Amino acid sequence: MSGDNDETQTAEETPVEETESQDKVISPEKAEEAKFKARYPSLGHKPGGSDLLRKRLQKGQKYFDSGDYNMAKAKIKNKQLPTAAPEKTEITGDHIPTPQDLPQRKPSLVASKLAG
Amino acid sequence: MNSANHKIRTSNLSRPGGDMQWCFSQVKGAIDDDVAEADIISTVEFNHTGELLATGDKGGRVVIFQQEIDNKNVPQFRSEYNVYSTFQSHEPEFDYLKSLEIEEKINKIRWLPQKNAAQFLLSTNDKTIKLWKISERDKRPEGYNLKEEDGRYRDPNTITALRVPVLIPMDLMVEASPRRVFANAHTYHINSISVNSDNETYLSADDLRVNLWNLEITDRSFNIVDIKPANMEELTEVITAAEFHPHQCNTFVYSSSKGTIRLCDMRVSALCDKHSKLFEEPENPSNRSFFSEIISSISDVKFSHNGRYMMTRDYLSVKIWDLNMESRPVETYQVHEYLRSKLCSLYENDCIFDKFECCWNGNDSVVMTGSYNNFFRMFDRGHRRDATLEASRENSKPLQVLKPRKVCTGGKRKKDEISVDSLDFNKKILHTAWHPQDNIIAVATTNNLYIFQDKVN
Repeated sequence: MSGDNDETQTAEETPVEETESQDKVISPEKAEEAKFKARYPSLGHKPGGSDLLRKRLQKGQKYFDSGDYNMAKAKIKNKQLPTAAPEKTEITGDHIPTPQDLPQRKPSLVASKLAG
Repeated sequence: MNSANHKIRTSNLSRPGGDMQWCFSQVKGAIDDDVAEADIISTVEFNHTGELLATGDKGGRVVIFQQEIDNKNVPQFRSEYNVYSTFQSHEPEFDYLKSLEIEEKINKIRWLPQKNAAQFLLSTNDKTIKLWKISERDKRPEGYNLKEEDGRYRDPNTITALRVPVLIPMDLMVEASPRRVFANAHTYHINSISVNSDNETYLSADDLRVNLWNLEITDRSFNIVDIKPANMEELTEVITAAEFHPHQCNTFVYSSSKGTIRLCDMRVSALCDKHSKLFEEPENPSNRSFFSEIISSISDVKFSHNGRYMMTRDYLSVKIWDLNMESRPVETYQVHEYLRSKLCSLYENDCIFDKFECCWNGNDSVVMTGSYNNFFRMFDRGHRRDATLEASRENSKPLQVLKPRKVCTGGKRKKDEISVDSLDFNKKILHTAWHPQDNIIAVATTNNLYIFQDKVN
């Protein structure tokens, strides 16, 4: 079966002359970018930048945030500290998490199905 | 390892003139559609002879398959892989100081070359690397002087004679035991481990640092690359993969989220922050878009077996680099170029961040990588041919030849073609492995492991 082994990307390389009406040779990638910017106008100008990378570095669920904790405490002041809400979806924000809120994380005691 | 001793059966690799034909051999794993998260396969690796095939999963478990001796009665069957050993390598942990969960998911497994009767492998999760010893026991001692057969101690007063215990055969038992635990050396998440050709050291890489370990020493690790900026606001790129050169024990490479690869020589200085070579393909600035940097992020880097080339995988392509030429790759293969016009939705569903791996065949003539819809791609470098195949239960009759698949990008869809919009992006093949000598490949779908072999005439 033969296929294409292009040496370079197939995206349009020649600069496009802007006309009043539609650009016929806009690259698919740029078209996707335009679509993206239309949907999320607020998203940053530095796409690969710090925010994305820092989100990547912080992968993994954080269960306790001292900032959240202190803000929640400040709101309560003299009242009792709030305990777990019935729905356990909200962990951050006003709610102060306790170990009882968290889903139990236990190792798989079951053998892998690949070995079955 | 001296490359001259690396035996390769050249008779049926990449047949000149003929098409590559792949047949279904085996599939491992459950058939049910409801996949438990723990069963998601996260790494696949053959050992140096290809006799053993290891898998790691999100549940922290390792399963090792062993190739059985050739079945002489059925010559067209190459040997089958059957379960050899399985164990829990890593368990979920909680970092109390940072209030962060540490996943037990096995990110990578790397085998050590065999030195004695036992097998050794390194397995790692986000934070801790472990050296596992897998050994066989097929004899047990019998006839102790001081103990009964059931283990109870005998009354010494009843012992009147002395005998030598004998070893008698027993059913084969394969035991896995953790021999070393290499912990607390990574602040960020480990993405790679690589055993050095010196068989004494190995490297581990996280998002910002690369550490060098001695296999015998667990309480000390040398930091050899550190790209953490003084001010984290200035962070522009992270390390995505790292590997030692297969023969030169002083050389390693690491790839970045910006699409660059740096080759470092450990003889130059203790801290390899300054690279010896920087591999980067120039980009036409007019082509640049919001997505450019994201899709240029390299998800895997692998040296060729002969040590002259390296291969990188970014979101849409596979590139082969000549180590002597930094300016651009010598070959570029499009894996699924039709996704370029879907980048917006792929960003929204996070698929644009999927990390595909890639691998070489034994004689570096063919490379392979995965895609979506349980498709995987092979590129025959010499014959400039490529193939798209599918790992699915529908094509799993013994020795069934895999039919080439084709994705239709234009309007008119031919019979047997699949349109881009019908692709299942939840069915990703991120991990594939190629037997070091034979045309046997292991392809992992979400929770199943497929083994295919070249059609033997």
